[in-house]
Amino acid sequence: MTGTMKTLGKEAAVSRMTSTGPLLKVEDVCLYFRASNGIVRAVDHVSFELARGRSLAILGESGCGKTSLAKAILRLLPRNVETYSGRIFLDGTDLMKLDEETFRREVRWVKMSMVSQACMNSLNPVLKVGYQVAEPLLIDDRAGKEEAFERAREVFRIVGVPLPFMERYAFELSGGMRQRAIIAMALVANPLLVILDEPTSALDVLTQANIMNALKKIKQELNLNFILITHDIATSSELADEVLCMYAGQLVEHSQAERFYREPLHPYARKLMAAVPALRQDKKPEFITGAPPSLLNPPEGCRFAERCPRRFERCQEEPPLFAYEDAKVKCWLYE
Amino acid sequence: MEDNVLLSVKDLRTWFELKRWGFMHAGFVRAVDGVSFQVKLGEAVTVVGESGSGKTSLLRTILGLARPTGGEISFEGRRIEGQWAADMAWLRCNVGFVQQDPYGALAPFMTVTRILKEPLAINGVDEKEHDERIRAVLNEVRLIPVEDFLNKFPHMLSGGQQQRLVIARAMILRPKLIVADEPVSMLDASVRVEILELMRKIQHDHNLSVIYITHDLSSVRYFSERVFIMYAAKLVEKTDVKEVVQNPLHPYTQALLNAIPDPEPENAGRFRDIPPGEPPSLINPPTGCRFHPRCPHVIKGLCDVNEPPEFEPAPGHFAQCWLYK
Repeated sequence: MTGTMKTLGKEAAVSRMTSTGPLLKVEDVCLYFRASNGIVRAVDHVSFELARGRSLAILGESGCGKTSLAKAILRLLPRNVETYSGRIFLDGTDLMKLDEETFRREVRWVKMSMVSQACMNSLNPVLKVGYQVAEPLLIDDRAGKEEAFERAREVFRIVGVPLPFMERYAFELSGGMRQRAIIAMALVANPLLVILDEPTSALDVLTQANIMNALKKIKQELNLNFILITHDIATSSELADEVLCMYAGQLVEHSQAERFYREPLHPYARKLMAAVPALRQDKKPEFITGAPPSLLNPPEGCRFAERCPRRFERCQEEPPLFAYEDAKVKCWLYE
Repeated sequence: MEDNVLLSVKDLRTWFELKRWGFMHAGFVRAVDGVSFQVKLGEAVTVVGESGSGKTSLLRTILGLARPTGGEISFEGRRIEGQWAADMAWLRCNVGFVQQDPYGALAPFMTVTRILKEPLAINGVDEKEHDERIRAVLNEVRLIPVEDFLNKFPHMLSGGQQQRLVIARAMILRPKLIVADEPVSMLDASVRVEILELMRKIQHDHNLSVIYITHDLSSVRYFSERVFIMYAAKLVEKTDVKEVVQNPLHPYTQALLNAIPDPEPENAGRFRDIPPGEPPSLINPPTGCRFHPRCPHVIKGLCDVNEPPEFEPAPGHFAQCWLYK
C-alpha cells in the first residue's frame, strides 16, 4: 500500500504481519429473534475458525441462517433480538466484550466490512460516488480529506472502476459498476476481513463473472480474507478455500474446498451438491424432497433426519460436530 | 404454414417511445428488434439473455401485454393482429403465464380456490365444472392432499408451493402454450430442479409447448429442446440445447458459456476470459453487429458497418454473425 495511508493502513498492516493464530474465531454463537409466534433460532450454536489469508464460503438454502450469522459477526443486529451469545474473536480481540461505540470506531469498517445483498441499490442518490466511497475514512477523522480521496482512487483502480466515475452519481452507473463501487467502499479502510453477502446474485452472468474476476484479483493483491455468503454453489467455488455449510440455523459441515466441491461428507451437503446443474457434465440434477424445518420449533435430534436418505436410530439424538480428517461434520455417520 | 407450428413470430419489433416533457418525441427504446422464430407443438424452447436484452418485452408482446411496433405473430396459424379484444381473449385462453416472483403474482387476500376459480369464471367455464377442475389441476402440480390447500392463502405456502400454485393457475384453462418468465430464479437450488421437472412432466403429459425465459443456461438445458440466445433485442443464435453447449457459434454465446462456472475447487485460482464492457443501450444501439464493440473476433470494416443477417452454418443452427457467411 502507498505511504499516504498513515493512520489506518499501518495498524492493519502491522497486525497482518505480526499476529499469529486464526484471524476469526467464532465460539458457540447463538442469535435468536423474537417473533409474534415464538422464538426464531436463526443461528444455533455455531463455532468455526478461519485462518489468515483464507476465504470462506457459507452455503445453504434461504432461511438457514447464513445472513444472520454474518450480521452476528458484524454486530448489525435488529431490535427484536432475544438471545445473542457466544464469543467472537477477530485478530485476537474479543468482539463481544467491546461496547457499541468502541466497536463502531475500531472494528466495523476498519477491521471488518460487509457488502450486503443487493446493496448496489443503497447508494445515496444525491452524493457523488467518489465521496461515498471515501466516507468511511472521513468520519471519525480516520484520515484527512486529501488522504481519503487518494485512497478512494486507489480502491477504484483495484476494483476496476474508471476514475472519472468518482465524480458521477449512482444513477449514472450500471449495476455492475455500482456493485464494484460498493466493494470499493468495503475495501477503503483496508480491513482484515470482508463479508460478501450474495455480492453478485442480482447481476447478470457476464457482469457476475467480471466481478468475481475482480474479487480474485483483490484476494491475490491485498492478502485479505473474504467470507462469501451465497446460495449459488457454482459461483462460490470461484472464491472459496474453505466451505461452511449451514442447515436450519446450524453448521453441518466445514471442509476444505477441494473436498466439498468434489465429495462433501454430510448427507445434506451431498444432496445440495447433487442439485447443482453442471454445464459441462452430463449429470441430471436431483432435488431434495421435503422442506427445511421451521426455526421456530426445530425438531429434536438431527435437523436433517427427516429428509435424510441415510438416517438410522442414532439420528434421534442431536449429533455433535465430529472431526473427520481435516473436516468437521455434524453427523453420526462420522462418529 | 408448416405443420405442427404452434407459434410463429416473424420480424417482430416492439419499440417503446421515449418522450421529453411528456409530449415531445425523443427516440425509441428498441426492446425487441427484428425477432423471428417458431415454436412447434409439444416443444420447449428457452430464451437466454441478460437483463435489459429484451427477453421480457418479447414475452409480453407474445402475451399481448405490449403492443408490437411491427412484424407479425401467428398462433395456430391465426394472425394476432391489432390486438382486437376477441383475438386477445382467445389467445389468453390458449397461453398460460408463469410469472417470475410467485409471491408478487398471487393476490394475498385470495384463497387458493379463489385464485384458481377466477380464470374459469372470467372465461365462462360452466360453474359445475369448477370444483372438479381445481382439484384436478392441484393434483397435477402435486399440491396434495388437495383439501389442505384449498382454503389456504398464498402467504401460508412455501416459495416452492407458491410457484406450483402459479403453474396451476397457468394450467387451469388447458392452454396449448405456457410462457414462463424466469420461473425458478426466486427459488432455492434444491427446489428449482423439482419445479422444472414438474413443468417438464406437465409439458409431456399434455403435449404442451413451453417458452422459458432465463439467464441460467446450466439448469434449463435439461428441460428444453431448443435455445435462443438474445443479445441487445436480437436473437443472435438459435439452436438445439445440446449443440449450444458443445458447439457455440456466436462470440456472445461463447462468452456466456465461459462465464458460467461449474462447482469445482480449481475455479478459485483461475481468471475467466470475459469480454469487457456492458451491453449496449437499446435507444442508440451500435451500428453493424451489436456485439462488435465487445467482440474478440471483430472484423474491421464489416462487423461495425453492416448488420449481419442470419446464417445457417449447420442445419438447424442459426447465428447472426459475419464469421459464418
